Formats: sequence, C-alpha cells, structure tokens
Amino acid sequence: MSLHSTYDLLRHLADSWGLLVMTLVFLGLAAWPFRPGAREHNRDAANLIFKDENDG
Amino acid sequence: MVSVLSRAGIWLAVLVLAVMAVALAADTGFAVHMTIVALAAFVGLCVSISTVDYAAVARGIIRTPADPGIYDDDPIRWGVIATVFWGMAGFLAGLFIALQLAFPALNLNLEWTTFGRLRPLHTSAVIFAFGGNALIATSFYVVQRTCRARLAFPGLARFVFWGYQLFIVLAATGYLLGITQSKEYAEPEWYVDWWLTIVWLAYLAVFVGTVVKRSEPHIYVANWFYLGFIITVAMLHVVNNLDMPVSLFGSKSYPLWAGVQGALVQWWYGHNAVGFFLTAGFLAMMYYFVPKQAERPIYSYRLSIIHFWALIFLYIWAGPHHLHYTALPDWAQTLGMVFSIMLWMPSWGGMINGLMTLNGAWDKIRTDPIIRMMVMALAFYGMSTFEGPMMSIKSVNSLSHYTDWTIGHVHSGALGWNGMITFAAIYYLVPRLWNRQRLYSLRWVNWHFWLATVGIVFYAAAMWVAGITQGLMWREYGPDGYLVNSFVESVVAVHPMFVLRAFGGLLYLAGGAIMAANVWLTILGKLRDEAPMRDAAFDPEKDRPLAPVPAE
Repeated sequence: MSLHSTYDLLRHLADSWGLLVMTLVFLGLAAWPFRPGAREHNRDAANLIFKDENDG
Repeated sequence: MVSVLSRAGIWLAVLVLAVMAVALAADTGFAVHMTIVALAAFVGLCVSISTVDYAAVARGIIRTPADPGIYDDDPIRWGVIATVFWGMAGFLAGLFIALQLAFPALNLNLEWTTFGRLRPLHTSAVIFAFGGNALIATSFYVVQRTCRARLAFPGLARFVFWGYQLFIVLAATGYLLGITQSKEYAEPEWYVDWWLTIVWLAYLAVFVGTVVKRSEPHIYVANWFYLGFIITVAMLHVVNNLDMPVSLFGSKSYPLWAGVQGALVQWWYGHNAVGFFLTAGFLAMMYYFVPKQAERPIYSYRLSIIHFWALIFLYIWAGPHHLHYTALPDWAQTLGMVFSIMLWMPSWGGMINGLMTLNGAWDKIRTDPIIRMMVMALAFYGMSTFEGPMMSIKSVNSLSHYTDWTIGHVHSGALGWNGMITFAAIYYLVPRLWNRQRLYSLRWVNWHFWLATVGIVFYAAAMWVAGITQGLMWREYGPDGYLVNSFVESVVAVHPMFVLRAFGGLLYLAGGAIMAANVWLTILGKLRDEAPMRDAAFDPEKDRPLAPVPAE
C-alpha cells in the first residue's frame, strides 16, 4: 500500500466511522451518570471526600 | 544486610557508568550532565552505606510530626517544600527575563544568561518544577484520602520525588549550557527525556497501585483527572520525543518527525501539555480542595463527569490552532479551531461546578482568604478558557498570533488559574501535613492574594495592549502597498508595556515570598498573634432606636 493510499484510507476512516464511534462512545459516557437510579450513587460519591475526617 | 549491599551495588554501578560517560563525552554539556548524575549517585551511595539514619535526620530537618498518621505523607511534605522552592525560583527567573525584554543590557553579554537560554529555564521551572511538584504531591495526598488506602510502593514514591528533582536539575542546567532540542515545553534532550519516562512510569505505578488497593468502592472524580493527566502526559512525552541521538555519549539528537509533521506533533504535544498537565491535573486539585475547604460537596457530581469526558475527548484535537496560516493543511487548521471552540463549554461547565460549590456559603469569600484564592483561580480558569477559544478563531488569530497577546493569555491562565489553585492547595495542606492548629498567618494569605491578583492584572492588561498594538502595527499597509512600520518601531511602541509587565511580575513574586515565609513559619510551629479574619461584630446593645427625650 502506498503512502498516499494509507493516508487516504485513514483520513476517510477518521471522518466517517471513526468519528461516529467516538461520538457515540462520548455520548454514552456523558449519559451514564444520568441513568435511572444513579442519583443516590452520585450523592454518595460527592460526599465521599468527607469520610476521611477521622483518618488523620 | 543483603538489601544494603545490593542497594549500594546499584549506586556504585550508576556512579561508575556516569564517570565513564564523562570520560567518553562527545561534548562539554553532556560531560557536565553526567558529572551531575555521578554526584547524585555518589550521594546515594554514601547514604546507603552510612550507619547514620538519614531518614530520621531528614524528618528532623523538615519537622515531621511525631505522630506520622495512618497515611504515607513524607513524600508529600517534601513535595510541598519543593513546590514552594521551585515556585520562587521560577517566578524570579520570570521577573528577570521580563526585565531583560525591557532592558536588554541585562543579558549581561554572557551566552549562559541570554534571554534565549533563560526563557526555557523560566517556563520549565514554573510548569514542570513548580506545577509538576504540586501535581505529584497533591495527587499522592488526594489519592490516599479518597481511596482511604496508604500509598502503594512507598520506595517507588520516594524514587518518583527524587528522580523528578534530578530531571528538573538536568533540564535547568542544560538550558544554561545551551542543550536544547528547540521544542517548546519539551526542550530537554534525549537522555533527560528517557529519564523522565522512567520516573513517570514509576509515578503511574504508585498512583494506579494505590487506586487498586483502595478500600472505598467508588473512585472519586479527582482521581480520574489525575489519572487522565498522568497517562496522557506519558503518551505525549514519548511521541513528541522520538529522537535519534547522534552519539550515545553526546547531548545532540534529531527528531523522527520532520517538517510540518514535526510541527503538528510538537503542537499536539504542546497544547495537550496545557490541556492535561496544566488543566486536567489542576482540575483534580480543584475537585478535591475546593469542596474540602468550603466544607460542602461539589455542586454537581454529574457535571464533573461530563466535564471530565468532554475534556478528554475534545482537548486532544485542539493543537493545530497553534499552526494557523502555516504549511499545515487547511482542514487540519480548521479542525483545531473547531475543537478549541467546542472546549469552551466543558471548561465553563467545570468553572460553574467549582463556583457553585460555594452556593449557600458565599460569605466564605469574605471571611476565608483561601476560599477567595480558589474563587479567583476558578474565575481565571473561566477567563482564559474563554480567551483561548476566541484566539483560536482564524481571523482573531491573524491579529493575535506571534504577538504578546499570546503571552498575556498564557499568564492569565498560569498565574491566575494554576498559580492561585496551587497556592490555595498549599495553604490547605501545610497545617494538616505538619499537624499545626492553623497557618502561621491568615492575614498574610490575604496579602498574598491581593499582591498576586493585582500583579496578574498588571501583567495581563499590559500584554493585551502590547499584543494588539503589535498586531495592528505589523499588518498596517500604506497606500502604495508597503508595510508602514518596521519591526523595531513596534518594539519601541510596546516598551512601556514591557516595564508594566515586569512590575506585575514583581508583585506576583512578592506574594510568593510572603507565602514562602508563611509556610516556613507554619512548619516551625509558630502562630502569628493577629485579629481573626471575620465580619464586623454585631452589637445588640447599640442596635436599637434612640429613646425619645421629652422636650424641655
């Protein structure tokens, strides 16, 4: 495979399927803390830093 | 006994190899560097074979509290002291080169003290020595507290601290000797790069090891940011420094990438050094120390997770905005610009998340100077993450690029965001690490806050004016199609701004000196006798209407 066709292949992969996969993965990760039932978990996680008060 | 012998054997081997490298050195700079390595190995050898308990001596010098606590805090104490020390060195170097720009006689006519060699000394001292030590120290503190586990691999953690200091010394002396690979923020040559890679992988091992042995099931979001910072910096550093040395005993190397590919790799590295070293790492500090100091949880944990993933997915593409109007393909420039603009949103999401943590406790800004520093840091984070995307727009960039506007932008982020959040973290950490009742003086923190803030205002305002002046003068054409101004005319025009910038730097340095004294005296266990920082007292006796007096 010539250098130019490698470039061409990667470039078109990047602006089609690559872009789509990255976007979907990002949206999935960003939506994850909003899943039903996560409210409690998020509150606990945010307050986790105050548990060590007596640890020294 | 065996461990003492094998440890001494390793030091001796390093010493012998370093001395051999000095003898075979192809250039003076390499010989000087190998001498430094040999000296470090010699000190290590002496410490390992001596019967004196140097660890105890060291604990005496830095006044480690008698009760060491359940966490491994010694490397953090060292890290805090190193942060303050390198911060002062870096600010001083910055002030000196600012004065050099205004008064060129300060180059001293010596090759070692020219602006070109002192400038990377300044940038590396503040970013990697001050910022890097702050990141390593706070990450070791935060990962232990949030995972509720002692640091994994204590020996390796100490290696990370001392190995990183050796990297700093080699980098700094190299710049003065003229050893550079001429890549901005990646100036150290190939052997220093290799050394940093080893230290960094050890850092990764300590951090991940501690996360793995955690007793808290959830990994707090600050640790995500720290881990993102450590892993990405490792990747950036290795890819940008793929070089071939001319000689194994010489300091010169040539990069694998050439031409515009080299430029793109460099700015992919350079911008993500900003994005992951100076942003993700310091955001990790923000997500731990702001809620702790405010004594209330982060405003929205969900937003912090969106902030994290958005930074990770967007930042990595923004680098090409450093190469607008160059040989880089147009689509790549536009891509860099678009991703830079998209970055504005998660950045402001993070800023709002930090600021809103104070919701319901805004009075702390008036009464707690450490909170005030954190709020100022977040405000500057917001300002520079708005200014940055704006400057990445091609038409704005055509005015701002190569001018001092860029330098002003960098410093509003570095002095305002990175500096202020680090100072706040240091003030939070020092009384806790040394088991002191409080800082030596909270009023001195207030002085530091105002000196630093006014210093940044002088700095940034001077650079905006200077930058826009330069940009307009450089692009001004006369009716006959020739440039109206010569370059030196634009230099003369901005001279007053350069003096003002140096004055701002002086104020910032003065604030740093107050911090160094405050930290020192806190470690010594002294308390300043001072009125507490609080609101005016309410006197119910006086809070009532005048009694009516009958007319006579």
